[in-house]
Amino acid sequence: MSLLDITNLSLSIHDYSVLHDVTLTVDAGEIVAITGESGSGKSMTALAAMQLLPKGSRTSGNIMLGERDLTRLSERALCDIRGNEIGMVFQEPMTALNPVQTIGQQVAETIRVHHPEITRAAAMARAAETLARVGLPSERFPLSRYPHELSGGQRQRVVIAMAIALQPRLLIADEPTTALDVTTQAQILALLKRLTQEDGMGLLMITHDLAVVADMADRIVVMRQGKVVEQGATHQLLRDMRHPYTKMLFAASGHLVNLPPAPPPRPLLKVENVSRAYRLPRSSLFGAPSSMTAVDDVSFTIQRGERLGLVGESGCGKSTLTRALLGLEQVQSGAITLDGEPVFSGDKPNLAVRRKMQVVFQDPFGSFNPRHRVERLITESFHLLPTPPRGAERQKMIDEALIAVGLKPSDARKYIHEFSGGQRQRIAIARALIIRPDLILFDEAVSALDVSVRAQILDLLAELCAAYDLTYLFISHDLSVVRTVTDRVLVMKSGKIVEEGPTAQVFENPQHPYTRKLIAAAPVLPDTSKVPV
Amino acid sequence: MEFSQITFGRTGRRRTARIPSALMLRYTLKRFVSLVLSLVVASMVIFTVIEIAPGDPASFMLGINAQPETLAALRAELGLEGSKTTRYLAWIGGMVTGDFGTSYTYRTPVLDMVGDRLWVSLPLASLALLLSTLIAFPAGIYAASRRGQAGDMGVMGATQLGVAVPNFWFAMMLVLVFAINLRWFSAGGFVGWDKGLLAGLHALTLPAIALALPQAAILARVMRSSLLDVLGEDFMRTARAKGLSERQALWRHGLRNALIPVLTIIGLQFSFLLAGSIIIEQVFYLPGLGRLIFQSISARDLIVVESVVMLLVFSVIMMNFLVDLAYAAVDPRLRART
Repeated sequence: MSLLDITNLSLSIHDYSVLHDVTLTVDAGEIVAITGESGSGKSMTALAAMQLLPKGSRTSGNIMLGERDLTRLSERALCDIRGNEIGMVFQEPMTALNPVQTIGQQVAETIRVHHPEITRAAAMARAAETLARVGLPSERFPLSRYPHELSGGQRQRVVIAMAIALQPRLLIADEPTTALDVTTQAQILALLKRLTQEDGMGLLMITHDLAVVADMADRIVVMRQGKVVEQGATHQLLRDMRHPYTKMLFAASGHLVNLPPAPPPRPLLKVENVSRAYRLPRSSLFGAPSSMTAVDDVSFTIQRGERLGLVGESGCGKSTLTRALLGLEQVQSGAITLDGEPVFSGDKPNLAVRRKMQVVFQDPFGSFNPRHRVERLITESFHLLPTPPRGAERQKMIDEALIAVGLKPSDARKYIHEFSGGQRQRIAIARALIIRPDLILFDEAVSALDVSVRAQILDLLAELCAAYDLTYLFISHDLSVVRTVTDRVLVMKSGKIVEEGPTAQVFENPQHPYTRKLIAAAPVLPDTSKVPV
Repeated sequence: MEFSQITFGRTGRRRTARIPSALMLRYTLKRFVSLVLSLVVASMVIFTVIEIAPGDPASFMLGINAQPETLAALRAELGLEGSKTTRYLAWIGGMVTGDFGTSYTYRTPVLDMVGDRLWVSLPLASLALLLSTLIAFPAGIYAASRRGQAGDMGVMGATQLGVAVPNFWFAMMLVLVFAINLRWFSAGGFVGWDKGLLAGLHALTLPAIALALPQAAILARVMRSSLLDVLGEDFMRTARAKGLSERQALWRHGLRNALIPVLTIIGLQFSFLLAGSIIIEQVFYLPGLGRLIFQSISARDLIVVESVVMLLVFSVIMMNFLVDLAYAAVDPRLRART
């Protein structure tokens, strides 16, 4: 008998059907991955297994944990099971912890809730042991730390410690590494794998990233629109890929684009010895405030027509550098010039330079004003122009920009909520393109998209490169994407550029140890032609 | 970093949390400096406004037929002569040493007058705030935990009424029911604290309820919406995944996180209750600060006005200081942010 046995599970929320006849099992010591794109129902399947569904949910089918059917248990009985027999880890470690309680209290709570007879001190001692098990020994990470004093990866370890404190039989992890850097992701995945082996737990892992689970899961379940389309042992599934959707997912994950060849080098943007430091709060009452150098003596050049990549982990200074390039932040030393003109003149951003640069941000949902129509959204950059186009000329530019990104001119009258994530990102690109800038900055521009949509946007970029001779700086933590859409790449660590060179060369023959570490940590899809039979 | 042990008492249980003392001390010092600066700025503003206010107290007291010499003598006696700076410094110096000056009209020390009234207004405001919190917290928590259900709608309807109906109407209804019909309380007046604590509290009960009801309605709504925001947070789901029931998750993780906006409102309400109870004081015929300030303005008794306003400003700023400290006690992130 399986540890977790979900049979014909259907779920509707307020009469909106979410899951249809989902059937899957997880055995003790087994790692099962559910994968699929947004809206596939993978997270809802996980929440159904925890019986933590939103209000207004109606389920049919069975969710058996050993002998018991979770769908038939009382709330009280479920509370006894959650945290004790099933642990759960969530996607967003930054918000999954209570900000006003110490990490020790939060881990100890799991123990005390299920075993009120254990004294507070004993529970704290056990919490310390558990935190040490997940890599947070109390010598370096005292129990009295608050979540805001930890990094994202450390917080995720705390969340895992809370979930495994009582050594549950089943651990459910919902996108546990999606919000983390590649090297942290690799550590967390290794930790989950180790804990599964040590405790003989079953692990049900939800992820949108096939590459993450390809070398970790024993079995993979592929879901689409609330249905399981294919499932099987990892090797077999990756070898056979019977369902077209699985094939599409796999192809889109490793999607490669064909960039047109770059023109001969002619400098466009020059960054020379740029540094930017921030003041930190004083650590003692009268101590001198310390400072943190976010960008440390950075120099590089973007050539006209070049597609440059910038990779590095969170906190490496990517965002500060991006803001400095856009003239949104003044640097303390060094110079940034576009076509020989400074980005910052005096204390103000130089408008003449600003209108030659545009940016596309990561979040297709948060980066638009929801009360403006598309035509107004994409013409926002007109205010940078000395004589903004009006009337028919303006309309023509709107139509052209929308057509260029694969939308229709009639979309101009719509509001942003009428578009999907991928379409919104197209609109963001149209907004950047409309004034024909010399340089576009893509700041994690495809990171929030599903793999199939991401593949389309990358294709669009390649097409635009051919049509408009785009020059761009592509900033991303996703190495596989940077590898395909850039000619040259910069690797940034702790505010410094540690390696730069032609993309293919850097990826195939990394020189700096940090680059090697990054590339080794990045999950890769297995070569299906070489999957063992 | 050095750590000190601070104990929070809550629902009869003791819970300890380690607070980095250097951070907390620095936070407190910063707030204190801003408190002193606010007081200095406020005192200057009050002094200037009173200076430029039309009407000379001396001529008001002596009437329009006064002799110039008498007028000059009175002005000297009242301390209205001299440069603005000297008078400002004299006023501030007096305040700090407890000499608030002498009332123009009553010819008694302002400190005594204010002191008597403060002993009515301060307990009244505190009692009203206590009542308002005691009503609002359970009501807000109850409504939030039953969002969209009948209980929530009932509480929301009641608070809607509480916000809409003016407190003097509540006051009159309370008098009608509890003083005139049931005769449990007197309809007005204050017996004084020398008749005993209970007698004093008894006299302040109806006015405190009348003041507290509208405030409780506002506070309950803030509590509810703040708690609803917190209930949607990821860490509440984490708490449920640990095996906490909905109720446990709400009490252990929701409440403290929901407190920040509630504390802000409580701070604002106290200031309002201390100075803004003039109508209620009138209805219940209570010798409070509100009435004193009203009478002094009508009589051009500027020294009293100045002193009472300064006192109120002081209490508001002090309350804000305490609220700031409460923020930091509730949320460890705020200690680090300054």
